[in-house]
Amino acid sequence: MGQQIPLVDYLVLGDEPHLVAQQCESCGARFFDHRNACAACSNTTFKAVDLPTEGVLRAFTIVAYAAPGIPVPFVAGVVDCDGTSVRGNVINTPADPEHVQTGMKVRLATYVVGTDDEGTEAVGFGFEPA
Amino acid sequence: MATDDVWILGIHMTKFGKHPDKDAIDLASDAALNALKDAQVTMKDVGILAYGNLVGQTQGQMLQKQIGQTGIPVFNVSNACATGATAIRTAVMAIKAGETDMGLAVGVEKLAGAGLLAGGSAKKDGNKYEPHGRYGAVAPVDGRIGTDTMPGVFAQIGMEYGHRYGGASFELFARISEKNHSHSTLNPLAAYTKKMTLDEIMNDVMIAYPNTRPMCSANCDGAAAAVLVSGAKLKTLDPDQQRRAVKISASVLTSDPWEEACQVLPNVNTLTRNAAEQAYAASGVGPEDLDLIELHDCFATAELVHYDNLMLCKSGEAVPFFESGATWRDGKSPVNVSGGLESKGHPIAATGIANVWEICHHLRGEAGDRQIPDAKVGLAHVIGLGNACGVHILERHAA
Repeated sequence: MGQQIPLVDYLVLGDEPHLVAQQCESCGARFFDHRNACAACSNTTFKAVDLPTEGVLRAFTIVAYAAPGIPVPFVAGVVDCDGTSVRGNVINTPADPEHVQTGMKVRLATYVVGTDDEGTEAVGFGFEPA
Repeated sequence: MATDDVWILGIHMTKFGKHPDKDAIDLASDAALNALKDAQVTMKDVGILAYGNLVGQTQGQMLQKQIGQTGIPVFNVSNACATGATAIRTAVMAIKAGETDMGLAVGVEKLAGAGLLAGGSAKKDGNKYEPHGRYGAVAPVDGRIGTDTMPGVFAQIGMEYGHRYGGASFELFARISEKNHSHSTLNPLAAYTKKMTLDEIMNDVMIAYPNTRPMCSANCDGAAAAVLVSGAKLKTLDPDQQRRAVKISASVLTSDPWEEACQVLPNVNTLTRNAAEQAYAASGVGPEDLDLIELHDCFATAELVHYDNLMLCKSGEAVPFFESGATWRDGKSPVNVSGGLESKGHPIAATGIANVWEICHHLRGEAGDRQIPDAKVGLAHVIGLGNACGVHILERHAA
């Protein structure tokens, strides 16, 4: 097996894949992107915190029209992971309103997005019914 | 008329729809010249121009070169779908600051035939995965980690409201769209004026569940313009100009304060509620006083949440409020009697002036078949994703 690389740097791979947020050391606000300062309090120091891998689907849509090359339909949603909201697709279940509802319990799952010319696999994440 | 008030002296919107023979500057010129004519003034009377053309990126100076290069300052404004409201807000600020006694706000867009406006362009994966950008992404994430498409983003916003308060369903959102398409049949300037049944709406092409195609704002061409004047200047104008002038009782622009989740899914709720609270406080008008409301129904799922955000109903009760019939044109809080963005159309930078035009049209008693009887006060609302929210409260000139 070739090397693997996470699709985004806030996804940690390994035996127990999970997401990591940057938490403001002053007010506790959490972010997923590279920070210049805290949007809530303007403090500039952060610490990395691991997020729970289970949560509740708070909102979703079933996207039927997307950019060319993106397989449709797919389910995009927001998952409440014990108070921290995470953006992600709902995967490993049919993309229809019979199988996906707000309030359903979901858990983090990873999958291979693609392989580059050097054989490195990009690994993405989504949430599957728990 | 208090001298520190700002009034709309003249206003115009073009027909929304397809204008293949006109470019953005033609449409902007049409709107601006007719707004000046409506105000019974000329470019020589205007002291500031605020201009918006978000997608086309033309400039106010190009408009001046067609209708009057008088040397006045031009502010080219860009604030997503709130661009038009921002142009009005800019002119209001200039007048309130005493920089001028008359301003012109113009918004225009050429969007007929445009598809998805965000998340709609394909980006290819590179040949070698290397992290870049603010998320250290090795490949494009739109569609892989949620969606950037507007129908999908606003679908989630409506679904989240339903999750929080219950009662929202695909059919409920479709019925909101049914209302706006029904209203549009009375608006000759709307891009689409076809009544649609609930079945037709629900069985149309699904774009992003629960939004089908007629539940999405219509991309189209269009422009709108408004001439604004100080209360002091208005006093010096003739009685007919004074009679038709519409008072801007509140002009508010907000952005979103930080809250948990707001950088994960755009929060269009808090900044709208903040803008509404500021507008009601500034004007002394309450939501129960409004004779009509034009709110930003960029998608049917968005209209529902703004009933609540604009405090037209009690918190959490947008679903029963809609089900009561309150927001139909014969209800107690008529919403989007123009047909809304779903049928009137959404030429982005024009929208925040066109909805003010709609309110003014009723307050002046000039709305013809769709006139809301004896309308005295109305509210116009827009959201620009990112986020910006514009709210204007408008009042009829006291007889």
